[in-house]
Amino acid sequence: MSEIISKLEMKKITKKFPGVLACNNIDIYLKSGEILALLGENGAGKTTLMNVLFGLYQPEHGKIFINDKQVIINSPSTAFKYGIGMVHQHFMLVPNLTVVENVALGLIGKRIFKLDLNKVRKRIEEVSKEYGLSVNPNAYIWQLSVGEQQRVELIKVLCLGANLLILDEPTAALTPQETDELIVLLKQMAEKGRSIIFISHKLNEVKAVSNRVCVLRNGSLVYEGKTQKHSVATLAEKMAGREIYMPTLKEKSQANSPILEIKNVFAKGNMGTMALDGLSLTVSKGEIVGIAGVSGNGQKELADVINGISHIERGKILLNSKNIANLAPQQIINKGMGYIPEDRMHEGTIPSFSVKENIIMKDYNKTPLSKKMFLQNSIIEKYSQKLISNFDIKCPDNKTMCASLSGGNVQKVILARELSRKPKMLIAAYPIRGLDLGAAEYVHEQLLEARSENVGILLISEELDELLDICDRIAVIYEGKILEILDRDIATKTKLGLLMAGIKNEKKAI
Amino acid sequence: MKKKLYSEAIYRLLIIVIAVFSALFVGAILLLIAKTNPLTAYYVMFTEPLSGKFGLTEILVRAAPLMLVGLGIAISFRSGIINIGGEGQILIGAIFGTFIALTFPDLPPYILLPLVFIASFIGGAIWGGIAGWMKAYLSVNEILSTIMLNYIAFQVYMFLIRGPMIDPKEVAYGTGVPQTALLSKNAWLTRIIPASRLHAGIIVAVVLAILVYIFLWKTTIGYKLRAAGAEAKAAKYIGVNVKNYLVLAMLLSGGFAGMAGAIEVCGVHHRALESISAGYGFSGIVVALFGGLHPLGIIPASAVFGLLIVGADMMQRSVTVPASIILAIQGLIILAIVSSQIFFSNIGLKEKIMIKLKLMKSGDKDDT
Repeated sequence: MSEIISKLEMKKITKKFPGVLACNNIDIYLKSGEILALLGENGAGKTTLMNVLFGLYQPEHGKIFINDKQVIINSPSTAFKYGIGMVHQHFMLVPNLTVVENVALGLIGKRIFKLDLNKVRKRIEEVSKEYGLSVNPNAYIWQLSVGEQQRVELIKVLCLGANLLILDEPTAALTPQETDELIVLLKQMAEKGRSIIFISHKLNEVKAVSNRVCVLRNGSLVYEGKTQKHSVATLAEKMAGREIYMPTLKEKSQANSPILEIKNVFAKGNMGTMALDGLSLTVSKGEIVGIAGVSGNGQKELADVINGISHIERGKILLNSKNIANLAPQQIINKGMGYIPEDRMHEGTIPSFSVKENIIMKDYNKTPLSKKMFLQNSIIEKYSQKLISNFDIKCPDNKTMCASLSGGNVQKVILARELSRKPKMLIAAYPIRGLDLGAAEYVHEQLLEARSENVGILLISEELDELLDICDRIAVIYEGKILEILDRDIATKTKLGLLMAGIKNEKKAI
Repeated sequence: MKKKLYSEAIYRLLIIVIAVFSALFVGAILLLIAKTNPLTAYYVMFTEPLSGKFGLTEILVRAAPLMLVGLGIAISFRSGIINIGGEGQILIGAIFGTFIALTFPDLPPYILLPLVFIASFIGGAIWGGIAGWMKAYLSVNEILSTIMLNYIAFQVYMFLIRGPMIDPKEVAYGTGVPQTALLSKNAWLTRIIPASRLHAGIIVAVVLAILVYIFLWKTTIGYKLRAAGAEAKAAKYIGVNVKNYLVLAMLLSGGFAGMAGAIEVCGVHHRALESISAGYGFSGIVVALFGGLHPLGIIPASAVFGLLIVGADMMQRSVTVPASIILAIQGLIILAIVSSQIFFSNIGLKEKIMIKLKLMKSGDKDDT
């Protein structure tokens, strides 16, 4: 086990990439037992700075000190030697191996031929007991939930003897419950003298977990101070460099003519079981209906069957009183359905296609964008330029590949495409997941504007704040059925939370 | 903008030259082992073909089939399917075309030649389509199926030119060389330069390259093909039937290889014979990659490969190097060029090198 890191300092760190100054003269420090939150929008330089600390990048300028001694960290294994461990946003676990085997992978080190799994198992048990990280060491990774996999990652770095943990957006894939559990765990670890750097742009979590906060913007440190001195709103302001107002719904929807009616729909999921089990729901014109629920309760299947991407077994789906169930996706698109899919990088856009080609993805075969099979380039050019400026998509030009855009801008490309087609109905699945507040604000403004133009919107989300902000009604999905629908004026986080757990009658629960 | 294109071109050229030179360097060691002076050998290889009518026309004779196979490969790769079956598709295309030419020897050329090409296209398309259908509907890996189909095609082809379709003269004289009868002159592609083998096939190939470019980038079907290849999930999301487009891609890809067979039959040999393909099915893959999987890049790429093949032949004859070393050097060059693709596809690496070479300022962002 390496020496306890009682003080870590990064001084005047500068890291350049071709064309970008990713970190500009950044100073940060951290003491043992402290949780430091590193805040910033996408591309602000948080991950780069941490990759410098973890030895993945070498800075152009700047020094790193541990306990007042200068150290040179030029690889992750040196970082481990100094007691620095990192949990990446995307887990580095082998799904076909057990927890013990995964931890052993990191521990084996130089003893190639001798592998004592029992010793590793013991070590895991010690660590999980010390920090309250409960996990079954013999389970295969693929059997574990995302939250459990996160715990395995934590155990892995702790078994390697890390004193300082870097967590890169650890809650990005977690459910709200799992997030709460993680926050408790991290606080316990800090109490035991470990120091933690927590990278995030979710301000509620930062507020809940951290002692101190450093805000990065465009590669520079713009603020450093105690977390408790600030409200979520002032932190957001520092992060974006301007004031952010998450838009909320003001007036109640008047519309009551239904646009999308889902009647008693049954559909199979990937596993072959009934993922939608007699689901019914109606969305009216000019109304936003939220779907709340723990992921895996049929949300994905619901979005897929409405858009014709997968088929239903029984039931009816009516768009504008016409049945669209089991039609081909193209026909449903032509009937006025818009869809912002969950996977914006691989389903909502084609990463290797240009922004221009992604903007025409749904209309390439309609006049005037194409005539008799031939794409009309000059019209496509004008159309894409118009959408890029209307939706403020930040890209060097319309030939830029979507893969090189930030998540927020990719989502703008999708919004631009879906909303410019003037849909009658729009399905939005997790539209602000992973986006920073500035981009999330924009997405919500656009959804509300579409609502005022009489579009019916089905908003699938796990973030209750999002649903409570902009939905007229919130339906809770549980095991493929709508458990209950709450009007916005009576919906609260507590009520929704209980319903999401499948508890319908509050009295019974108590 | 113009300046950027210019420095981009210099960069590409530089990388390819370095790649070729490093391959030649390794090849020089092989030549030294074979007790040949590498400098004279290479001098012959790269200057001889370019120094006379014979060499120049021969380069284009090789370029025509390479271009057609390369075009087919580009269509399939762009559609997300890896076609290693060019060799088999060429053979089946050749035999389909030969059959039509032998059956209707008296049709006028302007009817017979298009018919032969269509038949070859259909033959190759069937052979490619089988692999496409198996991939789409039975999830059979296309690399395996196309390679296996190559073996089947070769045996079918050999059976036909040894048995049912063998030249009656070969039987009469008892020589039994496996080849079909000579086609009637109506099925011969015109020689465009007298006293050379250069035939009109090169023009057909260039025209088809331009058509493929238009097809892939200017039509809705091309858009769907590329979408299905680039991201199948997104293609499904916009309503493209990905499976059908996989099959379509393989039909087209096989069809183009089939036409390469027709070009060799009608342009060069005027009959179907055993060594009709000369490995074009595999070299065509390299041509396609070398040309950036872009039809307009494949045109020059096929000429460069023509040069390599002709140059190696000439080196073999005038410096008397063993043929196997020639093959090894060709292989080395192909390997070097294919490996150098990383310098084009890895944008970060490319920027770094371009800045070092002062072809680009560090502020310019690359957005190609």
